[in-house]
Amino acid sequence: MSNVSVDANEPAHNDNQPKNNNRRRFLTVATSVVGGVGVVGAAVPFIASWNPSAKAKAAGADVEVDISGIEPGQLIRVMWRSKPVWIVRRTPEILEELKQHEDNLKDPNSEAEQQPAFAKNYYRSEKEEYLVLVGICTHLGCSPTHLKNGAFEEIVEGVPDGFFCPCHGSKFDMAGRVFQNVPAPLNLVVPPYQYVDDTTMIIGSTAEEA
Amino acid sequence: MKKLMYFLVFFLPGVAMAAGGNVPLDKAPIDLTDKASLQRGAKLFMNYCLGCHSQKYQRYSRTFEDLGIPEDLGEKYLQFTGEKVTDYITNTMPETGAANWFGNPPPDLTLVARVRGPDWIYTYLRTFYVDESRPFGVNNKVFPDVGMPHVLQPLQGTPRETNEEMLVDGEMVERYVGIKSDGDGALSPGEYDQAVGDLVNFLEYSGEPSRLESEQIGKWVLVFIAVLFVFVFLLKKEYWREVH
Amino acid sequence: MNGFLNWIEQRIPMMRVANMHALQYPAPRNMNFWYVFGFLATIVLVNQIITGVWLTMSYEPSADGAFRSVEFIMREVDYGWLLRYMHSTGASAFFIVVYLHMFRGMIYGSYQKPRELLWIFGMFIYLALMAEAFMGYVLPWGQMSYWGAQVIVSLFGAIPVIGPDLVIWIQGDYVISGATLNRFFALHVIALPLVIVILVFLHIIALHEVGSNNPDGVAIKHKKGSLPESEKTPYKIHEYYTDKYDIADDVVPFFPHIVLKDLVAFCVFLAAFTYVMFFAPEMGGKFLEHPNFEIADPLKTPEHIFPVWYFTPFYAILKAVPDKLFGVLAMFAAIGFLFALPWWDRSNVRSWRYRSGLHKVNLIVFAIVFIFLGYLGGTPQEAWKLIASQIATIMYFGFFIALFLYSKNEKTKPVPERIPK
Repeated sequence: MSNVSVDANEPAHNDNQPKNNNRRRFLTVATSVVGGVGVVGAAVPFIASWNPSAKAKAAGADVEVDISGIEPGQLIRVMWRSKPVWIVRRTPEILEELKQHEDNLKDPNSEAEQQPAFAKNYYRSEKEEYLVLVGICTHLGCSPTHLKNGAFEEIVEGVPDGFFCPCHGSKFDMAGRVFQNVPAPLNLVVPPYQYVDDTTMIIGSTAEEA
Repeated sequence: MKKLMYFLVFFLPGVAMAAGGNVPLDKAPIDLTDKASLQRGAKLFMNYCLGCHSQKYQRYSRTFEDLGIPEDLGEKYLQFTGEKVTDYITNTMPETGAANWFGNPPPDLTLVARVRGPDWIYTYLRTFYVDESRPFGVNNKVFPDVGMPHVLQPLQGTPRETNEEMLVDGEMVERYVGIKSDGDGALSPGEYDQAVGDLVNFLEYSGEPSRLESEQIGKWVLVFIAVLFVFVFLLKKEYWREVH
Repeated sequence: MNGFLNWIEQRIPMMRVANMHALQYPAPRNMNFWYVFGFLATIVLVNQIITGVWLTMSYEPSADGAFRSVEFIMREVDYGWLLRYMHSTGASAFFIVVYLHMFRGMIYGSYQKPRELLWIFGMFIYLALMAEAFMGYVLPWGQMSYWGAQVIVSLFGAIPVIGPDLVIWIQGDYVISGATLNRFFALHVIALPLVIVILVFLHIIALHEVGSNNPDGVAIKHKKGSLPESEKTPYKIHEYYTDKYDIADDVVPFFPHIVLKDLVAFCVFLAAFTYVMFFAPEMGGKFLEHPNFEIADPLKTPEHIFPVWYFTPFYAILKAVPDKLFGVLAMFAAIGFLFALPWWDRSNVRSWRYRSGLHKVNLIVFAIVFIFLGYLGGTPQEAWKLIASQIATIMYFGFFIALFLYSKNEKTKPVPERIPK
């Protein structure tokens, strides 16, 4: 069996020169450290190249949406950072519904940071009428289905409208709040957005940032 | 080691001459650190070239950022077709229409400085001359029978080919000595050369936007290698001391 | 810790392999700077594989997307330009170090018995490398990519009877097209790198079996029992070698001595490499040719088509022969003759240090002719160059013929028993 030492190979008999072990050790350590810095430096471009490219960033820029054409009760989808964003124009009836099933929710008061500060309110929106949500389930990333006009009653008794995730059966109400006893842990995310005027909103940044 | 150096020197012959007409090329005044020149060049490009040519591999936003142009100003003064600032620099000319008009679709100019070399473009844009036999009424010294009008004529004025009689080998012959403007352009000859220089500088930038960053990083990498060399060399000496 | 290492060692012989092939591998102590290019080639190979993997992450192998995706890498991927230049500069650097590595083998007779197979494996690496580089050059889908591929693939058309059909089969279309690009991409990123890595492995195994040659061409392994204890190496050499031979006091362990020497060379090489990469990645149009910054256009041939510099010696031989079929044959013969080098040379003295003046002249002339052919193949055709390339071609082959003729009864100097102090 060979020896398991990784010590440098020293001549067995060659002592005609005094060996300076300290110098050797210092140089070995110093060279290793400098070389290590080099390896780390060389890794930078490889790691950095995994960041979103300029193309991805351009595609992830703020999106301007014209909301004047949305019918009451209608949901429209826009893409923001390659994710579906829902904009729902809620009718007074739908807004009324939100109060009926609070006992049934995991986080009725939106305590978890799933929305910008301005949307941490009862309706989880800046203006009551328009709900803006990232349409991705907080469980494992499927996109839930919008069930309306009583279709949601089959899922949750007494609640006519809501979102149902077909993947693992998570349920959300019309403010994106998650019901109890489903796999999704958190309310749906409200993205940053702001109104430019009454009929136009920008998804991706809030008024405070701009 | 000397032998190696000779080997490398012989193996990698120098810069090849750019192809084209038989006119010696003038040296383009390239300075990628001159942001003002690059900005003037960008403005010329957007005003005079972008009508027909594109820079479809480059985004407006990247150009603005690298040239130090604030986005809102760039959008206002350098973008004419209503694209977003993150869009690629394209034009609205339909390719087939352009091909009918010019014979070939006008080439994309993102990389033109890397294909032709800046000196060629610099000379090309300054050697148009009036030639009524050509469809656009002009010809070019480095690109004979060029299929492009002289779009910078409003700046340069009407360019005339100038020949002079001179003594060559004991005989008087007519020799081409340059292009002279009739002086009906917006710029003086000196100003025109500078404007073309700015434009070429910009094209040189757009061919390789990473050039300055590359040289910046490169300096530090070379310094690092020098340090590494010292340590490796000393360590090698230390181990080989006992061998010889 | 030691217990853990032993536990592993009993299951997979990591330390044994490390000791056998590095820590206790006997390397001649007189290896000079010519002996660093194998190490450098390995480094460049690693660089090519890693940067290649990273480029593949953003490259798009299609006729429509390839050119744009390369510019995308250059402009829109963070440090994409650096990854691309590392790869493109690496390609040329690979050939520079491989050519120097091969020339080292020639001047010190490293191909001679018992290293014939080592040389053959090396030649196969060289061949695979040429195929790899050629296909890689097609991928940016610029004008030179396209027309270079057109010319090289057309060479196969010179083969009688099956030639024209073979060309169409290789292209997967009636011209070089997206189909060609895609299959070249697959070969470039997967098939050929695998082949090269396996060949490099075999090359190293073969090297360690026969042992490293050295500038004096003197054996460092001697018959068991032929050396007195005082003349044996004081270093610990692996039993694999000492069981079979007496190892003379002419060796140092590969690690750390040779590795440190290689690392010194590596720093010098790296300085040159990074200088080119950061400051002149086009190398005046030699590493990245100017027309290749224009997207491939099947309707417009560039004014001058040249292969990249590392192919130009063989391209000049191709052009020197005025017949298509014989031109192609001459080109392949030029590589074939190199393959057979161990059998052209009938001398039993390895290093040119102990060989005749004629041999030294022959080697140097060969190197000059090779470089000159490279110049001829990489510049526009002119009348005088045709004749010059024909003469150079004859001289290229003449090197081997002459070697064969004079090496049998060559007047050589006495080779010392041991490496001179």
